[in-house]
Amino acid sequence: MNLAVKDIRHNLGRFALTSFGIGMLLMMVMGMVGIYRGLMEDATLLIDNVGADIWVVQNNTRGPFAEVSRVPKNLLDRVAVIPGVRNAREFIYHMIQREHHGKPLRMGVVGLSWPLDKGEWLPLIAGRSLSQAHYEMVVDQKLGVQLGEKLRLGKETFLVVGITKGMISSGGDGLAFFTVDDAQLIQFDTPGEAVRLERASRLERGARADIGHTQPPLLERALGPSSSIPAFGPPMLSAVIATLGPSVDPLVVTSVISGWSDVSVYTVEEQRQLMLKGTVEMARKQIGLFTALLTFISAIIMALILYTLTLEKVHDIALLKLIGAPNRVILSMILQQALLLAMTGYGVAYLLGQKIFPNFPRRVILLDSDLFSLALIVIGISIASSILGIYKAVRVNPNEALSG
Amino acid sequence: MTDKEIAVQTQELTKIYGKGNTEVIAMRDVSLSVRRGEVVALLGPSGSGKSTLLTAVGLINPPTSGKVTINGTLVLDGPDALLNLTTFRRNHIGFVFQKSNLIPFLSARENVQVALELNGLSGRKARKKTMELLEYLGMSDRANNFPAMLSGGQQQRVAVARALANRPSLILADEPTAALDSVRGRQVMELFSKVAHEQNGAVIVVTHDHRALDVFDLIYEMEDGMIRLRPSEAIEFGKQDAKQLD
Repeated sequence: MNLAVKDIRHNLGRFALTSFGIGMLLMMVMGMVGIYRGLMEDATLLIDNVGADIWVVQNNTRGPFAEVSRVPKNLLDRVAVIPGVRNAREFIYHMIQREHHGKPLRMGVVGLSWPLDKGEWLPLIAGRSLSQAHYEMVVDQKLGVQLGEKLRLGKETFLVVGITKGMISSGGDGLAFFTVDDAQLIQFDTPGEAVRLERASRLERGARADIGHTQPPLLERALGPSSSIPAFGPPMLSAVIATLGPSVDPLVVTSVISGWSDVSVYTVEEQRQLMLKGTVEMARKQIGLFTALLTFISAIIMALILYTLTLEKVHDIALLKLIGAPNRVILSMILQQALLLAMTGYGVAYLLGQKIFPNFPRRVILLDSDLFSLALIVIGISIASSILGIYKAVRVNPNEALSG
Repeated sequence: MTDKEIAVQTQELTKIYGKGNTEVIAMRDVSLSVRRGEVVALLGPSGSGKSTLLTAVGLINPPTSGKVTINGTLVLDGPDALLNLTTFRRNHIGFVFQKSNLIPFLSARENVQVALELNGLSGRKARKKTMELLEYLGMSDRANNFPAMLSGGQQQRVAVARALANRPSLILADEPTAALDSVRGRQVMELFSKVAHEQNGAVIVVTHDHRALDVFDLIYEMEDGMIRLRPSEAIEFGKQDAKQLD
């Protein structure tokens, strides 16, 4: 006869309520673990998915995610010719905030190296990847923009041709993917008035300089678009990313690039560590410590619940001892109840979490390995928590059954 | 009286609680013998040591000195247990209390069955034997009821069934009729008598209930921790008195 199950059957309401309470508590622990994992996943999402083996960024910067990086466009050609590099791509990354239907629309703008990279690697849930060099964008569903919608960014209008799922910046904002040229258009968009003022300023500076008087055609040239002035370089990139050939050691390539004094180079793992140890380190530690604290508090609460449940049964335990129940029967009853309570609570936590976590503003990622580890921890907690109750039960004297 | 006939024997049991100024002698040199088939009453005012004697004989509260022999086996020599008390208690002693003391989360049947299963009987056999016991005590129709759904008398019957489950040689009852009306109380006492005689067990009942003393074969009286046997004439007189009342 299973005494633990019999007791639960008789007090089903109490068991259900207690399990629900423990479930809510465990759901919070599960949620914190999920938020922690989500934070790390978001921070390294683009690095892991873009398919680059090395990142070449502005010298002495930790760009392009941890800080701003500016590299010239011709860096692409320098990287592309290094032995072992299969292809080199331009990469743009910056944040913008606009308004969309009266609400702030904050997005991470990612420029893809057209036509080499059309975004085929993106996890699309609707639509398609980019199919033309301009005026198309693929957005993450988190931005709340619909497929086929047209968005005006800067002076241009972009058509949403694809929707992704789970493409988030390290700050939790949705990402939008453009060609590099379009991303630069958005990044370096200058209002007409600013252009006119800059041209007037150039004219003024030229008029003051000798060269303006001796070379009048040059002055006339300065009134044209910036792109037509040879002295002005093309818009800068955030980084150049390179994919290496099979079985090429990234360290061989990075050792070549690290000899260049104008750039810094990182492998994928180094780039990941820059994010995890830099940008999100503080938040990661904060959530990690809070998760540990919450787990500890859960253990204490579970111990108190199990102890109280044991106290309620002191008379019954004394009675069982009186009729000859050995300690192992009593301990088994308490332990089984603790495990059943914990497992039911864990189930409640998982089911509730599945319903509630997707509504959180940031991603809550429940990995199977984390769920398994948490289940083991919960079993450990329930066993440890029941020790207090078991200690009490062992000390119960059969005499107490006679006290009425 | 041969050793085989003696269900329980105590020799000069003494129990002292506390030390120094707080020392209380709850039981002094108590010696008694109860044979199989005998129903014995233990009378006395509150604090006279009845429950102390019962718990000492029940191997729950060992004496400070003295010996307890059950079924021919010396079990306690002073406070020292000479064998595993839990196992011995399970095999040889049945308990019935003032309140029925049934386990609330088990049905009447399960309350009896658990005692059998604890003694190693398999589920099916334990269930069969439980139903036979409940049938014997007229409780088979309430087998699936939980204690809260039974009357006081019915609960006591289930408690008696549980006490009998492992066919103990000794049944100890601590004021089993205190919570019952006179009719129910008498039924329970008669049940003890029936059990003792039919199953050849010894029954010791601590009671204040003088209305049913006629069912007892021996009556011991306790006062200030000391025990004495009530004379047999007094018991006979009590039985006649009870018949007149009937």
